[in-house]
Amino acid sequence: MKALVAVKRVVDPNVKIRLKADGSGVELAGTRMAMNPFDEIALEEAIRQREAGKVSEIVAVSIGNSFASETLRHALAMGADRAIHLTTEAAPESLGVARLLAEIVRREEARLVLLGKQAIDDDTNATGQMLAGLLGWPQATFASSLNIEADTARVMREIDGGLETWELPLPLVVTADLRLNEPRYASLPSIMKAKKKLIEAIDAGSLGIDLSPRLERLSLTEPAGRTAGVRVGSVTELAAHIRTLAKG
Amino acid sequence: MTTLLIADHDGAALSPATLRAVSAARALGTPIDLVVLGGAPELAAKGAEFAGIDRVLRVDAPADLSTEAVAALLKSLVAARGAGAVVAAATSTGKDVLPRLASLLDVMIVADVVAIEGPNVFTRPIYAGNALERLRSLDGVKVVTVRASAFQPAAQGGAAAPVEEMSRAECEAIIGSAVPARLVSREVSETERPDLGSARIVVSGGRALGSAERFDEVIAPLADVLGAAIGATRAAVDAGYAPNDLQVGQTGKIVAPDLYIAAGVSGAIQHLAGMKDSRVIVAINTDPEAPIFAVADYVLVGDVFSVVPELTKALSAS
Repeated sequence: MKALVAVKRVVDPNVKIRLKADGSGVELAGTRMAMNPFDEIALEEAIRQREAGKVSEIVAVSIGNSFASETLRHALAMGADRAIHLTTEAAPESLGVARLLAEIVRREEARLVLLGKQAIDDDTNATGQMLAGLLGWPQATFASSLNIEADTARVMREIDGGLETWELPLPLVVTADLRLNEPRYASLPSIMKAKKKLIEAIDAGSLGIDLSPRLERLSLTEPAGRTAGVRVGSVTELAAHIRTLAKG
Repeated sequence: MTTLLIADHDGAALSPATLRAVSAARALGTPIDLVVLGGAPELAAKGAEFAGIDRVLRVDAPADLSTEAVAALLKSLVAARGAGAVVAAATSTGKDVLPRLASLLDVMIVADVVAIEGPNVFTRPIYAGNALERLRSLDGVKVVTVRASAFQPAAQGGAAAPVEEMSRAECEAIIGSAVPARLVSREVSETERPDLGSARIVVSGGRALGSAERFDEVIAPLADVLGAAIGATRAAVDAGYAPNDLQVGQTGKIVAPDLYIAAGVSGAIQHLAGMKDSRVIVAINTDPEAPIFAVADYVLVGDVFSVVPELTKALSAS
């Protein structure tokens, strides 16, 4: 069974972002970038499924400008078998991304798609659900474990009150939550090997898919900051403050 | 045009997030139909008394419907009722179902909004809440999840809105062809404490607690004395000190209580994203340089293992 993993290049989660002065966006020039951490977990899961003999081939897909190839190179170093780069200078919204991925899923005849549950830049948490909707496949979001037997997957999901386990037929879209696994580091030999692998580039515009934005950004602003507080000297003093606050 | 507001419930009661989502939906300025899928019949009657609800549609849906079935059902309701918007709280259910519904309607989801200005303009946090994006949706039908903590709860107990019923047979006729995903089991944390997402006071612990036993020993008594919900950092959850449903942060629960007490919490960007809109923040940490101190109103530098039990004692004495 072929698995497809979608990976996004985002600002490194440990970097404090800076907004552009005109409020049009986030300053990306000179900012450290990384693979979206949830996508890294999704990719790790695909690799583990391959190691368990459930997946035969892993195709990593990324959408974006030329820099997205760095993210795909990282995916190959971690263990993806092939990589597809859908090139575009635009940053399609989740709906556009889902449409592009659906096209690649059909071309590749993949039966399992793994994605991070959300990208830590736009925090939308939607691409996997939208892809499943467009394909008419079932979806298992916020997965914290995945077991595949023949044509059925058993997925444990993190929900507000605790955990749920679902049984779903393949083909299937799974979105990875934090506790699905801990992604491996790419070894030096695999990084070297990944440099030689071919990344197939496809012009996203050539696929005839409508990517026009549905959301128009009016402004981007910094949230109101909090001012630094009072340092209290003793537990007694802190207890007095909390007592007043707790009364509301 | 009407707005379909999807009630969030556990079968027995509507969630507090639903009441807050009512306030969000009202900002769209169109009549609101509250859609209650399954659950006890009283839920519809209860929801009918929420201020701002114009009609209630109770769907006699089977328990534990799959996401695929719910999305198909909602799609059919949008068409049947000529809805211009579908709104749900950004709970784990809302975040699962509404993006799928949006794709079926060929629209872009507007996720996790914190402000609504009329039918088209929304504000949502991005980059772990480090930027606020104000945007206009160009889609014909708006599919919106709302961050409950950013909206006030609507009033309850007013004049009852009319309740309509969709029968089990009608419901099954619509979802009949949906994919057969099946719920195997559900482990819901049993707790007497208030719901984390809507509690007035939250006590959170971080990795500094060191083990699940010590997390319980130190955090729980303080939460008990304050009648508070318990939260945890991602690091504490990853280390197994607290269950996943207590995680506060960018990808966990987003909370904004009146009082947030962070004990042994360093203040990673992704954690701050989940709690920095709290009204008052108290932080206790051994490290005087901990980033949490930059957002806290009251800070005490000290060891959680001595400070928190002392604090608990001082508060129980009063």
